[in-house]
Amino acid sequence: MTKPWIEGRFEENMILTTVEQAMNWARQSSIWPMTFGLACCAIEMMAAGASRYDLDRFGAGAFRASPRQADLMIVAGTVTYKMASRVRRLYNMMPDPKFVIAMGACTTGGGPYFKWGYHVVKGVDLVVPVDVYVPGCPPRPESLLEGLMRIQDKIQGQKIAKRTGGFGKVDDELPVPHHSGYVTVPDDSMLVFDHQKVNP
Amino acid sequence: MTSTSSPINDVLESLLGRFGPLTTSTFRGQTRVVVQPDALFEVLSFLKDSGFDLLVDVTSVDYLEYRGAPHRYGMVYLLASTETGQRLTLRVFLDDPNPCVPSVVSLWEGANWLEREVWDLFGIRFEGHPDLRRLVMPEEFTAHPLRKDYPMQGRGERHNFPIITRDHS
Repeated sequence: MTKPWIEGRFEENMILTTVEQAMNWARQSSIWPMTFGLACCAIEMMAAGASRYDLDRFGAGAFRASPRQADLMIVAGTVTYKMASRVRRLYNMMPDPKFVIAMGACTTGGGPYFKWGYHVVKGVDLVVPVDVYVPGCPPRPESLLEGLMRIQDKIQGQKIAKRTGGFGKVDDELPVPHHSGYVTVPDDSMLVFDHQKVNP
Repeated sequence: MTSTSSPINDVLESLLGRFGPLTTSTFRGQTRVVVQPDALFEVLSFLKDSGFDLLVDVTSVDYLEYRGAPHRYGMVYLLASTETGQRLTLRVFLDDPNPCVPSVVSLWEGANWLEREVWDLFGIRFEGHPDLRRLVMPEEFTAHPLRKDYPMQGRGERHNFPIITRDHS
């Protein structure tokens, strides 16, 4: 994960950053999904894009009607075998860097059609590489927002320069989420809320 | 709506007068006529000329291992009249070696995809169809999955397929 080694080191009114951080920030703040819904999960995706949940808060509200302009493919719904080749073609048409969210039970592993379905792909990762799986049948819009934030974390971990040798796998590694719900509390400070008590 | 006061009886009488004794039945005000596969196209063309100008649906039922069923497949043609609102159901029963009925695309253009779907899922051939390809299943699929003897396991489970990662995508 990119360490903010230079950001915020000086006082206010002074902005310092690196090209890498600036690019990642720009990318993760404008993930444009593709207008692409296959089944009932698309209804929840529309709800996440509408005003109550407001996907546009994260810069991802511009649903593009063309895969050429999209960064993110939210596979929302049951992928049938006939649709699988179309999904793959749409994925190939998207420009790099591109990301895929597998939304719902059907796209993560076949869902209710897992065992007996003759027509459903048993998970969309048999068709396209999936970055984030969002479970649920269908997932709540909050779950989709969480998946989008995981995509943002993944973008934040990307590096411009590929390091050869030495450090091993550092490139495009999925970083530790910065909002996983885990709260670290320093021992010597006052607790702000009750739920932050780790060792009462 | 009782069957005696239903105005569909006029059409039925002329149909029976033209094509001889056909099995008809009425259930909850809906009339069903069973015809032979040879006479199907003429009956449908006669019904279209006598007012049933809308083909609502073409579908099929597989009666394999159904109790008391003498035939395996039952084709269903749902007709309606846009002027009077009458509805009529036509049944044709088929059997297994080469189940085949004449296509009605020449009467209703909308029958094109309906018949393609029946061919796709039940494997019933439509003679004279201009483009009898699969509709809902992928092109390389070889079976007809709504037949009752299609295996329930489908195409296998998830561990039979390789998972695509970004490295080899």
